Amino acid sequence: MNLQPEKLAYELSSPGRIGVVLPECDVPVTALPKDMLRDNLPLPEMDELTVVRHFTRLSQKNFSIDTHYYPLGSCTMKYNPKINEATAALPGWRNTHPLVGAEFSQGAIELMFRLQKELNLIGGFVAGSLQPAAGAQGELAGVLMIRAAQVARGQSQRTKMIVPDSAHGTNPATCTMAGMSVVQLTSDADGAIDLEALKAACDDTVAGIMITNPSTIGVFERNMKEIADIVHAAGGLVYGDGANMNAIAGIVRPGDLGIDVMHYNLHKTFSTPHGGGGPGVGYVGAAPSLAEFLPGPIAVQENGKYLMRMPKQSIGRLKAFYGNFAVLVRAYTYVRMLGEGGLRKMSENAVLNANYLKARLEKTYPVKYPRRCMHEFVAMGNIAEGVHTLDIAKRLIDYGFHPPTIYFPLIVPEALMIEPTETENLETLDAFADAMLKIAEEAKTNPQLLHDAPHDTPVGRLDEVGAARNPVLCYRS
Amino acid sequence: MPFIANTDADRQKMLDTVGVKSVEELFSDIPAAHRFPQLGLDRALSEMEVMRELESMAAKNASASNSAWFLGAGAYNHFIPAAVGMLATRGEFLSAYTPYQPEVSQGTLQAIFEYQSMAGQLLGMDAVNASHYDGSTALAEAILMAYNQSASRHRILIPAALHPEYKDVLRTYFEAFEVELVEYQGLPQDGLKMLDDQTACLVASYPDFEGRIQQLAGVADAVHAAGALFIVHADPVMLGLFKSPGELGADIVTAEGQSLGNAMNYGGPFLGMMGVTQKLVRKMPGRLVGQTVDGKGRRGFVLTLSAREQHIRREKAVSNICSNQGLVMLMTTIHLELLGKHGLKKVAELCWNKSHYAAEQINKVGGYKVAEGQFFKEFVVKTPRPAAEIAEKLERRGIVPGLPLSRYYKDRTHELLVCVTEMNTKAQIDLLAQALAEVGV
Repeated sequence: MNLQPEKLAYELSSPGRIGVVLPECDVPVTALPKDMLRDNLPLPEMDELTVVRHFTRLSQKNFSIDTHYYPLGSCTMKYNPKINEATAALPGWRNTHPLVGAEFSQGAIELMFRLQKELNLIGGFVAGSLQPAAGAQGELAGVLMIRAAQVARGQSQRTKMIVPDSAHGTNPATCTMAGMSVVQLTSDADGAIDLEALKAACDDTVAGIMITNPSTIGVFERNMKEIADIVHAAGGLVYGDGANMNAIAGIVRPGDLGIDVMHYNLHKTFSTPHGGGGPGVGYVGAAPSLAEFLPGPIAVQENGKYLMRMPKQSIGRLKAFYGNFAVLVRAYTYVRMLGEGGLRKMSENAVLNANYLKARLEKTYPVKYPRRCMHEFVAMGNIAEGVHTLDIAKRLIDYGFHPPTIYFPLIVPEALMIEPTETENLETLDAFADAMLKIAEEAKTNPQLLHDAPHDTPVGRLDEVGAARNPVLCYRS
Repeated sequence: MPFIANTDADRQKMLDTVGVKSVEELFSDIPAAHRFPQLGLDRALSEMEVMRELESMAAKNASASNSAWFLGAGAYNHFIPAAVGMLATRGEFLSAYTPYQPEVSQGTLQAIFEYQSMAGQLLGMDAVNASHYDGSTALAEAILMAYNQSASRHRILIPAALHPEYKDVLRTYFEAFEVELVEYQGLPQDGLKMLDDQTACLVASYPDFEGRIQQLAGVADAVHAAGALFIVHADPVMLGLFKSPGELGADIVTAEGQSLGNAMNYGGPFLGMMGVTQKLVRKMPGRLVGQTVDGKGRRGFVLTLSAREQHIRREKAVSNICSNQGLVMLMTTIHLELLGKHGLKKVAELCWNKSHYAAEQINKVGGYKVAEGQFFKEFVVKTPRPAAEIAEKLERRGIVPGLPLSRYYKDRTHELLVCVTEMNTKAQIDLLAQALAEVGV
């Protein structure tokens, strides 16, 4: 890691420097409307090398998959194959335009058609849309589809969505954005959906349920089919949150278990890079009950030609054009390289790696719901007097590991959510487990070491309260 | 198996530690009837084969790298310096997650802070968030912000000449709400007549879908006097030269940032930019990075004001946005630093001069007529034959002349939206005018 302070671009700026030479104007000049022009454009002035060193040095202040193990629960930080970058950079994708017309973009539509098909097969869905730009937008698509279907059935009084208390924050926030209200369902003693509570919640104002399976505690909802049956019998529809698809792709098709609509994150399971926050893709797949409501347009094939079409009762567009296309190229590359056998091996190894780490750690870091886990598990970090999960997370950094997800899900106190992924080798898993066990010892013998962690980073723990109280959101000279 | 390190021996060791006999046993919670289905996926390919397949598919698309390209309409062919891609695809940026652990994410966090700083200057706003999915969803969320300001204001005034796909996105986003989307014809000044005490905001497009730039002076005061918010959707390249929306009194500014360092990529990933005035910061969706200090007084950056966001507020959050367009935003940050103060202005000037030269040349061709009025980078041309027919003919000759407006407006069959950027040479423009003359008769 680069521990040296790095100046801001504005502090590196010097009047008169330029980073890019643009061509001279080769046409006659046209007068500008002077009264509409700005007086000043306060951007930095830097030469190219200064910019290159600046961003290279900044990059060295990051942990990343390429440099460090990153067992961040719920985020599926698997290796992002380099071939994905090579295929996505082909000029035929990069430099083509969404409005050039189907005839002049047959390759792009064909890629979307093929990717839709593979993803539909993986989920057991009859149709799917690649429009949503992220998981949360996939969720929005799904809930809007459920809403539209209920309205089409003459059930517009159904304005409530059931959401378990273990769900990601995006689930309830999505319901609000889709104009629905949320009925929160308390998990049972196993961290699973409480069937009796579910039955009680299902009345004629319920539009559907949002369910994450495997759930956020990393276990498979054994009663998935029954849950779907209860909701369907009550006139509701079932939304599947595919955040945890990395455990079940090639193992079970969610569509076979009664899910009507589901998103999966191509930036998790399908290996496209997270890019420090995005871009992602939240593909949505649908069962026959909701296929015509999918957001569009989606790719279709007619008479040997590929075309973009709006499904008949589509909820509409979620963004301009067709989705985060360059991300689709990466995901397609990955699916093609895995094939059916590779996909199953992916999930199998993800689940095996997680169970292995759990076996090595659970005696020291108790697991609140100690069932067999899927691709991740949730341990607890309050293992010694005065020591918290945050301290363990920060101390892991000293050992060269990115911390797991912490304090989520909310139903587990002091949660440490660990997702190893399938792309890590046994030596890495062991080194991580060894570090966790060593930290557990330190928590008893020298807790101050944990409280002061991390020690060898560009900055130590930052004053987040101060940052929020007096926000400084941009550079001012 | 690609991208998996575990050998059979490793797996056996792990199974022994877990205490199960086989990997299958780990999936016993899944109903047996549905376990391990045959999916019917296509056969797996090696890296060599997959590259070959994708090269041949990509080659079927028309590409700005081997055509004279005059198509814009929301996705633009601009110059991107080589350093942008080289730096942004460094693994340390590319394969990092959202910077939730600030001590090991200062690279990403400082880059976002620099983006917020530069974008704030460009848009003329006090605070800019760390991105939306694209310009259209940024605008939708900006309008939702205005709508949520007051229980009694549900009218949204939008320009008739807003990008048609943006209008579609607004309809999708507002479907579930009591929002009344009202289109005004002509200038934002014309929209002012429609303001009432139920209006939440007036939106101006700067420039509009047909490239027209409007005088926005005075609009903000009138909108504010009616108790509504003034939202401007802008072209950030134009802002290299023209007054910022902030200077013109906008409360919220949105923009499509693709033009700043990102390829067209068949329409995505793009960059939704949003800036607000100080007053609205705590109502704003999306991630924000703030400057702070550590225990030793060293400057550092953190995600801040997260009490607005879904992972804290759940159903009471201002938006459900989580993953955003981080890497796209990073490319824009690098791009803006390379172009700098002078470069972006120069790009805007080149777009201005070249598009006006092109308009003049095309106007001279018999049968073609360029729409009147101020424009930036894009303009509408009336064509002597159906524009779609002309476009197809020219595309076969390696010239992509623009967007036939019939794509969005059935009755506008004889109109072409032409876009000219710094990427178009005089020779290409002359070629376009000549080709239009040839197919026009």
